[in-house]
Amino acid sequence: MGYTVAEKALGRAAGYNARANEVVTVEPDFCMSHDNTGPISRTFKKIGVKNVWKPERLVVILDHGVPAPSSDHAVNHKEAREFMAEQGAPHFFDVTSAGGVCHQKFCEEGFALPGIVVIGSDSHTCTYGAFGTFATGIGRSEMAAAWATGKIWFKVPESMKINVSGKFKKGVTPKDFILKAMGDVKSDGADYMSVEFHGSGITDMSIAGRMTLCNLGIEMGAKNAVCAPDQKTLDYIKNREKTEDWEALWADPDAVYAKELSYDLGDIAPGVAKPHTVDNYASIDEVKGTKVDQAFLGSCTNGRLEDLREAASVLKGKKVAVRTIVIPASWNIYREAIRDGTIETLLDAGCIICNSGCGPCLGAHMGTLAPGEVCVSTANRNFKGRMGNKDSFIYLASPYTVAISAIKGELSDPREAF
Amino acid sequence: MKIKGRVWKYGDDVNTDVIFAGKYTYTVKERADMAQYALEDLDPDFAKNVKPGDVIVAGKNWGCGSSREQAAICLKELELGAIIAKSFARIHYRNCLNEGLPILISAEAQDLVKNGDEIEIDFDLGVIKAGGREVKFPPYPKFVQGLVNDGGLIPHVKKSLGLA
Repeated sequence: MGYTVAEKALGRAAGYNARANEVVTVEPDFCMSHDNTGPISRTFKKIGVKNVWKPERLVVILDHGVPAPSSDHAVNHKEAREFMAEQGAPHFFDVTSAGGVCHQKFCEEGFALPGIVVIGSDSHTCTYGAFGTFATGIGRSEMAAAWATGKIWFKVPESMKINVSGKFKKGVTPKDFILKAMGDVKSDGADYMSVEFHGSGITDMSIAGRMTLCNLGIEMGAKNAVCAPDQKTLDYIKNREKTEDWEALWADPDAVYAKELSYDLGDIAPGVAKPHTVDNYASIDEVKGTKVDQAFLGSCTNGRLEDLREAASVLKGKKVAVRTIVIPASWNIYREAIRDGTIETLLDAGCIICNSGCGPCLGAHMGTLAPGEVCVSTANRNFKGRMGNKDSFIYLASPYTVAISAIKGELSDPREAF
Repeated sequence: MKIKGRVWKYGDDVNTDVIFAGKYTYTVKERADMAQYALEDLDPDFAKNVKPGDVIVAGKNWGCGSSREQAAICLKELELGAIIAKSFARIHYRNCLNEGLPILISAEAQDLVKNGDEIEIDFDLGVIKAGGREVKFPPYPKFVQGLVNDGGLIPHVKKSLGLA
């Protein structure tokens, strides 16, 4: 009986062949945290250990409220800054043009590597699975404990295999596919599981698209989500890798799965997740005509260069009818989008461009909603109150769908733009 | 350990944003201050009226969404007795145990109780008593029990490092 990726990666870290449902204790290869580093450092100090077990394993990237929208946020940043300096921890990404959304930066900087184990005090840590990394979200206490001991326990998860074949039709993107899959699997369908994306549909997909898929693994309840490392992965990590101690692992053909699903990307239509749950799927046909008040293009889910370019291809020469907020997922992406003219196209269309960070995704700043307002968003959650007000409504969609809906002022089919 | 209180009954897929809203995650810093916002966007009466020892009885996938530990802390600070759900989202499940907040998985409990019913949980016997009936629940796995016995992860780690 073969091994799944979760069994192999956690087995590699534990030092023996682990099987699903066994409990293993492993040393994490990297520990990612963001603005919550301040509170974590306070908990860490309560434990009574002076030094982090290996300061070079910490990766801290400020993004949740940058630049600080309030003094409280600024205090968090200050605590994180001082803690990293005091620990002599080198991997700190402050509020500078070397920063961005933590999950994007973590990958850009070459911390997301095949076969390694990463923990992050953020639920979307599963994004790094796009590179074959076993990466999972944890809470603050658990991160403080990991810093102190260099250890964390895991139940080796059972796995779900999602076979992906075929090619997208024009105007359809990885976001549309994963929204459909979330609707089918439901928000708890992969609870405690490792989700593996297999097939030619993934091999043909860009790194950015794979990141979108793995990012949303948590929205199916998954512990982690993963794509096979291939030449695209190796090309991406070349000259970026922060350690040489990684291994391109993939599942054995005879590995055992708790669930298996198959999709042909050619069958996928543009879709949305309707308020207020991520699995409340509808095809664009079912919701088009719904008035929107705001459009948001950005986040760790869909703020990458190809997302901005897709939106710009729809917005070129047009004007948005509603306020449209664009947030590149990192300052590197921002620079690239300036160089290639994408930013100018978006500005000409009437979009506003905010600095890289999480922005309105979690309702902190830069585009929170008023009661009764509707936002069409490329982000990852549409929970009640998520964008700052419990009486507002969020539709999750692709960059194409957000762009065409921004022009028309109502949810619209992006295929009309081509 | 035994607890006794009233039931607060909720449905499926209650997410961490309605348990503790994202807009408070970096502005409300003291544990005690988090309590007043518990379940604000789901049930504004909860934080005002919940009593120590009361029990949340929910459907499937309680605590889905964010990794924010405040969603466990705000309930712990209200001295909630326990959360019983048909299933839990995994990060929140770990967060509750790490905060020393007892959580139980029971497929039957939700159908047994009404909002406001009296409920009693005997952790030693693994029994929930409510609505004149009893349902059993399995003990925690061994590696989790140590955590629970020590009152959460941080006291557990201090003890294991000889710093308690």
